[in-house]
Amino acid sequence: MPSQPRTPKRTFDAVIVGGGGAGLRAALQLSQANLKVALLSKVFPTRSHTVSAQGGITAALGNVSDDNWHWHMYDTVKGSDYLGDQDAIEFMCRNAASAVYELEHMGLPFSRLEGGKNAGKIYQRPFGGQSQNYGGEQAIRTCAAADRTGHALLHTLYQRNIAARTQFFDEFFALDLIRDAEGSVLGVMALEIETGEPCLFEARATLLATGGACRIFRHSSNAHINTGDGLGMVLRAGLPLEDMEFWQFHPTGIPEVGSLITEGVRGEGGYLVNQDGERFMSRYAPNAKDLASRDVVARAIAQEIRAGRGCGPHGDTVYLKLEHLGAEKIKARLPGIREISMQFAGVDPIDAPIPVTPTAHYMMGGIPTNLHGQVVSPVRYGPEEPTPGLYAVGECACVSVHGANRLGGNSLLDLVVFGRAAGLHMIEFLRENPFPRPLPQAEVDKSLARLARWDKKTGSENVAGLRDAMQRVMQEYCGVYRTETLLKTGLEKLDQVAARLPDAAISDHSKIFNTARLEALELENLLGVARATLVSALARTESRGAHSREDHPQRDDDRWLRHTLYFSQDDQLDYKPVRLKPLTVETFQPSVRTY
Amino acid sequence: MRFRIYRYDPESGANLENKPWMQDYEITFDPRGKKVLDALIAIKDTLDESLSFRRSCREGVCGSDGVNVNGVNVLACVTALEGLKQPIEIRPLPRLGVVRDLIVDMAQFYQHYRAVKPYLINLDPEPENERLQSPQDRAELDGLWECILCGCCTTACPSFWWNPDKFLGPAALLQSYRFIADTRDQATNERLDFLEDPYRLFRCHGIMNCVEVCPKGLNPLAAIGKIKTLLVKRAL
Repeated sequence: MPSQPRTPKRTFDAVIVGGGGAGLRAALQLSQANLKVALLSKVFPTRSHTVSAQGGITAALGNVSDDNWHWHMYDTVKGSDYLGDQDAIEFMCRNAASAVYELEHMGLPFSRLEGGKNAGKIYQRPFGGQSQNYGGEQAIRTCAAADRTGHALLHTLYQRNIAARTQFFDEFFALDLIRDAEGSVLGVMALEIETGEPCLFEARATLLATGGACRIFRHSSNAHINTGDGLGMVLRAGLPLEDMEFWQFHPTGIPEVGSLITEGVRGEGGYLVNQDGERFMSRYAPNAKDLASRDVVARAIAQEIRAGRGCGPHGDTVYLKLEHLGAEKIKARLPGIREISMQFAGVDPIDAPIPVTPTAHYMMGGIPTNLHGQVVSPVRYGPEEPTPGLYAVGECACVSVHGANRLGGNSLLDLVVFGRAAGLHMIEFLRENPFPRPLPQAEVDKSLARLARWDKKTGSENVAGLRDAMQRVMQEYCGVYRTETLLKTGLEKLDQVAARLPDAAISDHSKIFNTARLEALELENLLGVARATLVSALARTESRGAHSREDHPQRDDDRWLRHTLYFSQDDQLDYKPVRLKPLTVETFQPSVRTY
Repeated sequence: MRFRIYRYDPESGANLENKPWMQDYEITFDPRGKKVLDALIAIKDTLDESLSFRRSCREGVCGSDGVNVNGVNVLACVTALEGLKQPIEIRPLPRLGVVRDLIVDMAQFYQHYRAVKPYLINLDPEPENERLQSPQDRAELDGLWECILCGCCTTACPSFWWNPDKFLGPAALLQSYRFIADTRDQATNERLDFLEDPYRLFRCHGIMNCVEVCPKGLNPLAAIGKIKTLLVKRAL
């Protein structure tokens, strides 16, 4: 027998890291199959960032406008600037309607339609980048629960998991994947936050659903907890991250704070103006105007501000007008953004426009997976293969349905469609692999050593200072517009920040609920993500979707219609082709993208 | 700006007798547009790394950072600093056990939430599309489903203070009514049976603290009143 780890160990069939929409949806599948599943979350699950999603979840139900999943697929492929994998996009769009109906059956309190033949059906609103007939009229496709759809979805999924008696480990922070010499993932090392004790979770299948990482930026719509923990774990395990140069800057964030004003505001009829009161989007997107894709609108706002046509005392915002919608509609359809606007911008949108500016919002890249959520990576010089026992779903994963730019309303859809798919595949995998493999003690020790590193008492640097320095670098050198000079400088500066990390120490060495130690561990993950981003962005000498290189303003399909793979060892980059062939339908050939 | 913050270090050992204390902090901080959470983070980042509190979304939707500021239960992230009397006194939510500093043990609160079976119960076969619900029926859920489980209301309720293990508290009762009010739910009787008990529901004496403190502007008392009406109607 191999030596047994000394750390306390708990054994489950499956362990899920992350209690947002993706983790909860997968957990539900496993619990309902009577498997023993542990769901670890560093916060109580309903504190996860899914709760902040506002506008809705996209599915071609056709409750308001004529619609079908194939049009949704076209819009998603085009929105991705053709970098999305078309098999995965077909899979998601085909399954969208049943996923939304399933949420309704679970109890999600969707808003409902008035009158007519569709009375009582799920309410849908128009969102950016949605069309009928492959680029024709605006489609009305995003299903909503007022402007708190993420809250409704997250709570509903949590509630279903209560009913299914999923085992929750709330306030457990995952440290590292445990991988054996053959590459199989055998579980995770975690830290029980309340006691400060490490604990090993052994499982034959592990799912990462750790969400996004926009906290690498200074201004972001993301929660404080979005620190890319799963991405850090994957990089440390020697696995790659895909398409990390693609970060979505949402056009309408509240300046400084970064909190989001949903695209649903424009869907309901709101629009953007510059200091002259001009509806400038008609110059940038003559057809779709304010409902063009997010990357297009974010760049337009940046251009207006740059050209000196910004609003506000510093000219660094534009205005989002919705007074004309009337108090009734705003209160019924957009109560959440009214609240956020009053709290953080000091403006009641019933009376005055909301000042907005682009804010870092979503990571299109992430842990490479296939349609079943299996984490894939190239094996030596051969094609990619699944990593046995390891899955990833949601924002932390890159399947890739969002490609170079995600459409609004597709992220909640991604969570539930692929959360279910991964759950189903894990059930199969667990049946085929009934016995746990021996745990390598060395891997456990390595993780413990990483944790012990923060026991160091003295150091000239502190965690908050380094985090702030990193966020400033990323904001300044890796924002909406990029150039080689900017990115190179950014990388040098990030190197300088990372070089200070070994000198960092925390002053709090207690065990119980030590949040200083957590923030230190999160910083390590953030730094890995930031580095992956800069290296990947520097290499991609084209502009595609959210990655705008001013020195390479054109999309270059000959050279760059391919996915980036970043490995932390030596900052190595590799590439893999975009999967242009859908499952059953014809390929949407890359073409010029206009709105 | 001056702050007086409740501290409790469970590992402080015998010399401090494991007792909580109030600690004063002073930071230079422009309060304009800033919230209590911004100040807590600034204190943690620049003065005292050991100050412990929960936070996540920082925009009033996740419910992590319920605390008591100058005697009132609030969410730190949406409570403006401007206008607060200094030193601003910040304490953990009342009545729950303190794990450390501003971090309370929410186990009891969550247990009450789970006890009301906070999920839709409908045993009919699932239709292939959505179940229909009129906008008017759906409107019955407004003011109920938006609860963020922050605990501000329940920990402000004297009835909960006296009987924390037996009285479910306003948050859990609001959630119970959220499903009773849902036309899709079929377990109204079962839910009412569970609540027909001298403590679980009827310890509510209409003190209204819950209504006053709810950071989302919800009205648990009204929901409790509606449950009571249903129980009376059922008895007749």
